[in-house]
Amino acid sequence: MSQRTISRLVVPRSGQNTWLVSVGAAAMCFLAVFAMALSVSAARLAQGWGEALAQTATVRITAPAGEIEGQTLIVLEVLRTTPGIAEAVLLAPSAQAELLEAWLGPDLPLDTLALPRLIELRETPEGPDREGLRLRLQAEAPGAVYDDHTRWRAPLIEAATALRGVALVSLVLIGGVMAAMITLAASAAMASNRQVISVLRLVGARDRFIARAFVRQISLRTGLGALLGTAIAVGTLLSLPGAGEGMHLLAGLGFQGSGWFLPLALPVIALILAYAASLATARRVLKGVT
Amino acid sequence: MIAFENVTHDYGGGPLFRDVTVRLDPGSFHFLTGPSGAGKSSFVKMCYGELVPTSGVVRLLDRELTSMPRDTLAETRQRIGVVHQNCEFLDHLSVGQNVSLPMTATGRAVSDDEFNDLLSWVGLSAHTDALPPTLSGGERQRAALARAIISAPEMLLADEPTGNLDWEMSQRLLKLMIELNRTGTAVLIATHDLNLIRLAKSQVSARVLRIAGKTLQTAGTEL
Repeated sequence: MSQRTISRLVVPRSGQNTWLVSVGAAAMCFLAVFAMALSVSAARLAQGWGEALAQTATVRITAPAGEIEGQTLIVLEVLRTTPGIAEAVLLAPSAQAELLEAWLGPDLPLDTLALPRLIELRETPEGPDREGLRLRLQAEAPGAVYDDHTRWRAPLIEAATALRGVALVSLVLIGGVMAAMITLAASAAMASNRQVISVLRLVGARDRFIARAFVRQISLRTGLGALLGTAIAVGTLLSLPGAGEGMHLLAGLGFQGSGWFLPLALPVIALILAYAASLATARRVLKGVT
Repeated sequence: MIAFENVTHDYGGGPLFRDVTVRLDPGSFHFLTGPSGAGKSSFVKMCYGELVPTSGVVRLLDRELTSMPRDTLAETRQRIGVVHQNCEFLDHLSVGQNVSLPMTATGRAVSDDEFNDLLSWVGLSAHTDALPPTLSGGERQRAALARAIISAPEMLLADEPTGNLDWEMSQRLLKLMIELNRTGTAVLIATHDLNLIRLAKSQVSARVLRIAGKTLQTAGTEL
């Protein structure tokens, strides 16, 4: 029997410590996949919101009933001749009613209210000279206000970025908890196998051999648990309802395309973490054994 | 081989023995005796580096114990076989795997013939695949002896090896150790069994050391 083979056998495979490591690693990796998905989704959301709002704008026209039609025509003409505006569409009264209905309910007599006119703009990637456009509108149609969504976009992106930060901090915390758990499990495994250590030292085994036997077993258990936890989490993410199925809160959570390979890094990281933590623990414990 | 120079061992409640100077030479046969609690086990533990002296110098295979790196101590233990009264095994491994542990755990090989000869010599051929908890007291001691000598050590230390055995089994174990000594292995047996010492002295040239009154003496002919 080779040294490698006996190294796999000297530490008993049974014992709740080793199984607790697997269960703990599975739970941690399950949570880590969700934290990772949240981080990726938040980044995607921030990018999406940024892009969606960056090239759109609105012109709102508020004027007395007798002047509103004339000012609307003037604004449309100004927008048509302004470089950087790809399209300007006057929102129909029915579309406006739909937008307000969501906030004010269906029973409001919208047709009797003096609603402002809304013009939706789609801008070219270069965009217009925004300050120039504001001044021109002010001069030619005093009731028109140009809104480039800046005040909406910034806090949305800020919120998404903060969400991503929280997810990343969660990932770091999960990694820390996993390292602590493995360290404790390694200490417990070595304490409960004191007889194994004492016999091995008695027969002249070096610390490296003894440590390797424990490290191998703990790393293997951690790796298996991490793989299982990751697989369950990925399966759960895949089973979440997609966009358009009514659950908008969860619809964006998950990975896209090659992003689905990202969770595969978790069992590898868990394995490296387990190896380093259990090796450090084994060396520390063995120093106290004669 | 193993030398104590003015060794004192204090376990915390005062010295167990003091100023001990003795040499255990290659091929020698020693008994270590004395009343219970006199320090026989501590003496044996120092002989393989499990305990270090409070003062004085212990040399194991010509290396000073207290300054010995852990890896060197491990290598030294590969050259010193140890048998305890309550010998410990890896209970989840077979007797065969336990016996060959000093070789496999240190990356050395033992041939099937040598291994089978050894098990046959200690009378455990039929128990190779058994688990240690299923062995009787005598079988455990013989398995421990086989484990201690599989790597052909230069020294065999046995701490009360017959403490749990009946007289017949004690004689059988002693016979094995005398045979081993005849092949050149130095032997030190710590025991309080004077009958065993008398029996051995009739078969082998053995020196008897006695720990009493916190000192080590060479026992006289009253044994």
